[in-house]
Amino acid sequence: MATIGIELPHVGESVTEAVIGKWLKQPGESVEKFDALVEVVTDKVSMEFPAPHTGILKSIVAEEGETVPMGAVIAQMDVDDATAKAAEAASESEAEATAPNRVGTLIQGANVGPTGGTFRDTALEDQIAKRAPVAAVAPAPQQSSGERSYSPVVSRLAAVNGIDLSTVTGTGRNGRVTKQDVQTAIDAGPSTSSTPAATPVTQPGPVGEDLVIDPSPIRRMIASHMVRSVSEIPHAWSTVEVDMTGLVACRTAQRQTFRERHGVDLTFLAFTIYAVAGALRDNPLVNSTWEDGKIRLKGRVNLGLAVAAPDGLVVPVIQDADREGIAGLAKKIAPLVERARSGSLALADVQGGTFTLNNTGTLGSVLGGAIINHPQAAIVTTEAIVKRPVVLSGPQGDSIAIRSMMNICLSFDHRVIDGAEASAFMQAFKRNLEVWTSDSELN
Amino acid sequence: MPEMTVIEAVREAIREEMERDPAVFTLGEDIGARGGVFLATEGLLEQFGPERVLDTPLAEASIGGIALGAAVNGMRPIAEIEFGDFIWPAVNQIIGEAARVRYGTQGRRTAPMVLRVPYGGGVRGGLFHSQSIEVAFAHQPGLKVIAPSTPYDAKGLLKAAIRDDDPVIFFEHKRTYRLVKGDVPDGDYTIPIGQADVKRTGSDMTVISYGLVLHYCLEAAATLADEGIDVEVIDLRTLRPLDTETILESVRKTSKAMVVHEDTKAGGIGGEIAAVIAEEAFEDLDAPIKRVAGPEVPAMPFSPLLEAEFMPSAEKIAAAMRELAAY
Repeated sequence: MATIGIELPHVGESVTEAVIGKWLKQPGESVEKFDALVEVVTDKVSMEFPAPHTGILKSIVAEEGETVPMGAVIAQMDVDDATAKAAEAASESEAEATAPNRVGTLIQGANVGPTGGTFRDTALEDQIAKRAPVAAVAPAPQQSSGERSYSPVVSRLAAVNGIDLSTVTGTGRNGRVTKQDVQTAIDAGPSTSSTPAATPVTQPGPVGEDLVIDPSPIRRMIASHMVRSVSEIPHAWSTVEVDMTGLVACRTAQRQTFRERHGVDLTFLAFTIYAVAGALRDNPLVNSTWEDGKIRLKGRVNLGLAVAAPDGLVVPVIQDADREGIAGLAKKIAPLVERARSGSLALADVQGGTFTLNNTGTLGSVLGGAIINHPQAAIVTTEAIVKRPVVLSGPQGDSIAIRSMMNICLSFDHRVIDGAEASAFMQAFKRNLEVWTSDSELN
Repeated sequence: MPEMTVIEAVREAIREEMERDPAVFTLGEDIGARGGVFLATEGLLEQFGPERVLDTPLAEASIGGIALGAAVNGMRPIAEIEFGDFIWPAVNQIIGEAARVRYGTQGRRTAPMVLRVPYGGGVRGGLFHSQSIEVAFAHQPGLKVIAPSTPYDAKGLLKAAIRDDDPVIFFEHKRTYRLVKGDVPDGDYTIPIGQADVKRTGSDMTVISYGLVLHYCLEAAATLADEGIDVEVIDLRTLRPLDTETILESVRKTSKAMVVHEDTKAGGIGGEIAAVIAEEAFEDLDAPIKRVAGPEVPAMPFSPLLEAEFMPSAEKIAAAMRELAAY
C-alpha cells in the first residue's frame, strides 16, 4: 500500500480553477476506479469527478466550497504499490527536465561543526522539537476609539481612486482597512456604499429581519462571470420586432406530422436556433471574440443556449448549429435541455460556445438587455410572442391586423461590432424567422 | 549539473581562481596541511604548494596586514579568518586601512583582497565560535560585504569577489557548509556583487533575509503557502552595497515587509533595510516593517536550549509572517 495525491484534472480550455462541491466518498471508504469521487463545479459545468484509481480514500485535502487550481492535490488515496508506481511515473514524465536547484536543500543530520573540534554534535532539532510550539498570536483587544487610522498605501489608493474610506469594511486586525480591502472597493466601483463582510447566515432571523444567504458555488461562479463580462466588455444594445405569424402558422400546421416523422416535438426553439445560426454564418463578426486586442472570427457556429437549471443558469452548447436542419436541431435540443435541467450535463455539452441565445420569452419577458457570455462578442434574447395590432402595408393601402409579434434583443461587444454590423445581423435573423408559411417544407 | 555543498562550492571557487590567475594565493590558520578547520582549502597545498597556500601564525592582525600588503602590491590574496569571532584584531587592517586605499590614493592604488570569514551559530559553538559580525563591516564604505546562502551563489560570488579590485569580506555561514546542497554548474561563472536574488516569488509580503536563516524563511514561506499566504523571499546575497532596487520593487508590490537575520536586532542590517523602505516606499506600505532577529544578549549561549532560543527558526519566522499577514 502507498499513499498518493489525487489531482484535480484539467477539464477544458480556459478553465483554470474549480470549486469543490460535495464529496461523494468519505475518508476511510474504499473506492473503485471510475467511482464518482467528488462534485467539481467550474464556471462552465458542474461534474462528478471519477476516481482515477482503485483504493481507499485516505483524506480530503480540498474541502467543499474551496476554490482550487487545476492540477492541485484535492485528496490522498491509499492504493497498491503498482498503481502508486504507475502514477508516479506518469507525473514524472510530465515534469520532464526540472530546473536546477539553485536555492539549495537542507541535508538532514549533516555534521556542521569544524573538523577536529569538540562540538561535532550540532543537531538542535531534538531540543527544539521538545519545546512548546510558538503560541498563536492572540488578537489584541478591539480599540474602542471611533477614529480609524489608515496605512500610507491605503490612504494613497483611496485618494487616487476616489474611495471614501469610511464606507470600506476592514478585514485586517481590529477591523483595520487593508490594501486588499481598498483594492476590492476600487474593483467594485467608486464610492460604493458600505457592504459589510457577509457573515453567512443560513437560518432565517426573527420576522422583519434581513436574511443573508451563503451563495452556492454555482451562484458565486455566475456572479464573478457577470462582473467580469460587464467590467471588461463595453455593451451596446439593439432591439428588432419580428412578425412571427407565419412561423406560428407553420408550426401549428405541421406539428403533428413532424412528430410522427421525427419523433420529437416541433418547438419554436428549433426554428429560432435555425434562424440565428444562419444569420451568424452570414455575419461572422457577430460570431467572434475580442482577444488581446485582436478579433478572432470563430470557424464554427457553436450556439450556446441559456437554460434555467435548479442551481442557476447553465449554457449547454449545440455544436455546428449552422449545419443542421430544423429536424436535426429539434432532435439535438430536447435531450440537451433535459440534461441541463436535471443538472447532468457533461463537460463536452458546455464547451466551445461561440454565441449565446437566451429564450427569455418563455419567462414572459418582452424586452431584455442580456449580459454577454464572456468572451463571446454578442448574445441575443428572443422575447415572448405576443398578439398585437400591427399596421400592415399592402397594395390596397395600410390596414390594421392582429399579428403574432416577438422582440429580439441583441447585446453586443462594441469593441468588435458597430451598430451597422449589429443591424445587419438582426435583419438577417428577422428575415430567417419571417420566411415561414404554413406549407413551408421543413428540412 | 553536479550537486555540491556550500563548502565544496567554496573550495572549487578558490581552486579554479588559483588555477586561472597566478596572482591569487590563500593564507590563514591551519589552511595548509590541515586543509582548514572546515576543510575549505583541503587539497590546495598539494596542488599549488606552500608558496601559494600559506599557514599563518594564530594572529589575525598579521593575516589582515599580510593580505593588505600583498594586495596593494599586485597580488590577489584570499585570507581565511578561522572564525569570524576572532576577526577583531584585524579590524584596523581591514577598516582602518584596506577600506580606504582606493579613496586615500585617489584611485592610484587598490586593495584586491578577499577575507573569507566563517560566521554564525546553530553549531553548538558557544560564545566564541558563533557570532554574527557582518554588520560591523557592512557599515563601512570602501568595503564590499557578501553573505551567500546557497552553493550556487557561494561559488559565483566568491569568484566575483576574488576578481574584484577592492577589499571584499566574504561571510560563509558555518551551518550552511554541509547542511545546504544544491546544483552548481560545471565550469566558470560569476554572480555580480550587489545583486539580491528573489528566491521565492509571492504577492502578500516581502521577506528579506540572507545566510542560514534564509532557508528557514523559505521553509516558513512554504508552510504559509498551505495556509493561503503568498510570501516573496529575497536573498540579499550582498550586504554592501545593498540591492535596494530589488527590495523596493518587491515591497511596492506586496506593501508589507519583514527582515530576518540571525544577528541581533538593534543596529542590525534589518534596521538599515527598514529605513530604506520607509524613505523610498513609504506610500506603498500597508503595515509596519517587521524584524525577526537574534535577542539582545552579548553572545551565543552554549546551552543547546538557549542556543535554540537565540536562533531564528522556521516556526518563529512563520509565526511572524502570520502576524504580518493578519495586520
